[in-house]
Amino acid sequence: MPLRKNDMNAQKPIEFSGACPVPVSQYPHVLLAHGGGGKLMHQLIEKMFLEAFRNPLLETQHDAAVLELTDKKLAFTTDSYVVRPLFFPGGDIGSMAVHGTVNDLAMAGSRPLYLSSAFIIEEGLPMETLWKVVCSMRDAAKKCGVQIVTGDTKVVDKGKGDGLFLNTAGVGIIEHDKKITPQNVRPGDAILVSGDLGRHGMAIMAVREGLEFESKIESDSAPVHEVVLDLLKASIEIHCLRDLTRGGLASALNEIAEAAGMKITIEEKSVPVREDVHAACEMLGLDPLHVANEGRFVAFVAAQDSERTLHMLQRHNVSANAALIGKVVGKSAPLVTLKSAIGVQRILDMASGEQLPRIC
Amino acid sequence: MKYLDEYRDAGMAQQFARELHRVTTQPWKIMEVCGGQTHAIVKFGIDELLPKEITLIHGPGCPVCVTPLEMIDKALEIATRPNIIFTSFGDMLRVPGSTTDLLSVKAKGGDVRIVYSPLDAVKLAEQNPAKDIVFFGVGFETTAPATAMAVYHAAQKGLKNFSMLISHVLVPPAIEALMSSPNCKVEGFLAAGHVCTVMGFEEYFPIAAKHRVPIVVTGFEPLDILQGVLMTVQQLESGRAEVENQYVRAVRRVGNQPAQELIKKVFKVVPRKWRGIGEIPQSGLGLSEEYAAFDAEKKFGVAESFVGESPECLSGLVLQGQIKPHNCPAFGAKCTPERPLGAPMVSGEGACAAYYRYRGQPDAVAKK
Repeated sequence: MPLRKNDMNAQKPIEFSGACPVPVSQYPHVLLAHGGGGKLMHQLIEKMFLEAFRNPLLETQHDAAVLELTDKKLAFTTDSYVVRPLFFPGGDIGSMAVHGTVNDLAMAGSRPLYLSSAFIIEEGLPMETLWKVVCSMRDAAKKCGVQIVTGDTKVVDKGKGDGLFLNTAGVGIIEHDKKITPQNVRPGDAILVSGDLGRHGMAIMAVREGLEFESKIESDSAPVHEVVLDLLKASIEIHCLRDLTRGGLASALNEIAEAAGMKITIEEKSVPVREDVHAACEMLGLDPLHVANEGRFVAFVAAQDSERTLHMLQRHNVSANAALIGKVVGKSAPLVTLKSAIGVQRILDMASGEQLPRIC
Repeated sequence: MKYLDEYRDAGMAQQFARELHRVTTQPWKIMEVCGGQTHAIVKFGIDELLPKEITLIHGPGCPVCVTPLEMIDKALEIATRPNIIFTSFGDMLRVPGSTTDLLSVKAKGGDVRIVYSPLDAVKLAEQNPAKDIVFFGVGFETTAPATAMAVYHAAQKGLKNFSMLISHVLVPPAIEALMSSPNCKVEGFLAAGHVCTVMGFEEYFPIAAKHRVPIVVTGFEPLDILQGVLMTVQQLESGRAEVENQYVRAVRRVGNQPAQELIKKVFKVVPRKWRGIGEIPQSGLGLSEEYAAFDAEKKFGVAESFVGESPECLSGLVLQGQIKPHNCPAFGAKCTPERPLGAPMVSGEGACAAYYRYRGQPDAVAKK
């Protein structure tokens, strides 16, 4: 697929559906004072964050949200988001900050319930930009069925940030007795990926480097918790789940092999990669197995459940392109091997260092 | 993927492998010159399909790997100066100089940027008239036209704040130097397809004739390489030493003539030191007199330095095909892609990095 070099500044403006007016309109840009703890900060919190994320827990405006939970086990995670640009084809830092943390909770087999959101804003960020991000978080949280119940706001000097950094932490509830951890991986387990790989990384790369492809590559940023909850409900014997973010499939498999003390093997031809993503990777000398995703996971399930898992995954839009890619060979020194396109086995290693500039 | 999967077909690969087993009657040592081919060989496991009599020797065709230490030091010196935007291709940023690397210069606040085309550096020069933009131009004949085009554009636009640190190298003089070395064990060459896309392959006829060595212009996909090896072995087995073209879908005998014209206009042929090999006469490109104003070495007056390589790094022997990467005692121990001692462990096209990445630790390689 031909790759066209494009003017770096020629991105189309992002269109937003929730076109509400910016609620803090007397200040077109974020000032240091918006993080100073005084009136301006309170105004920002009241009119922007509280307005967008409104729920009874957040409305208490206490130092901490008090969560009433059953006697079930909890999953708890945190993640920071520093993606540049803030808006990219298929998503933005706000929706990604919700999806990423929801997905981390899902990987522990939990039902995501509550998120926190911490904003580190660079002085001078247009208020409109902040509002777009907040609206996007609000919409993503609604879609995921989670509530943003606590948060924090800091403003740093001009030049000391990169527009906006976000952190979200999340709490989920575990409603089953399964152990979903790398240590629970068993010899013979089937390995599945929930969809085609590399879209997020290549979408970001394309915007950042001014590369344009014939068909637009959009990030795969999406929540996957509903699929996971479905698999659990159907009593699929899930042994391990892992979100495929930075480092891609190669890193996830190596981390699991290492933690489980197992040899894993996959087949290159079985790994789904969209044609345009593959072409872009070839052109830039990248391996799709090392490229980042934001709405994909790898599942290790008992061999007898592999076909059923595949069919269930394929029934959901977010995992319609799921595929069975390999298996756990057995207890051994940790190793991931790959059967290459021409049928020869080789090692699949983690990428060393950065493959791409900051992408999530 | 169209135009790619066809050249990665497992069934066809097996057919080529069977034919190679059929025609091979004795040991042959064949060098693939280009690092891109080395990478494909190790990544797809092509060498494991070959008869045991055939040894592939990985040649010096990784431009990042052969860029001399002195040149990296010059790059580092320029990049640390104030008011500079220093640009290069990604891999160059991680190559260790004698004290540090470009990524570390960036971490300490230097403005070092990755570009995907030298023309992007020219664009930067237009956008930042108050800064000096330097492009570190490395590569073989394949990337030389793009570098030449950037200089040409900068001259057309009258840009005074753009210059280049040039370390371009040429393939045929390197093959000639390798064949003239008394230690040379190479009996046949796979010439680099992309270099020939630009330059054609007429330059190889005198080399093949003088050294009685078959040279087959070869592509980069698994089936290309297998066919290139088969054509070389067929020549060796029948006592021929000819120049043949496997990569007919991309390479013409005369190459890309407009690109050659541009190279001739912007560059002149100069002697060039190759990391790990030493100076090879008439083996590099430098800016011609007409474009001397764009020469960063002259513009910034960087001093010539003579620095020794790490004695633990045997990359010179690897680049000359005298040892395999895993035969180096530092391989995988003191030297890894995270902490490279020499350039072949840095670049994706470097033989050491390819072995480390796809064959793993020294024990795993030795077992193979």
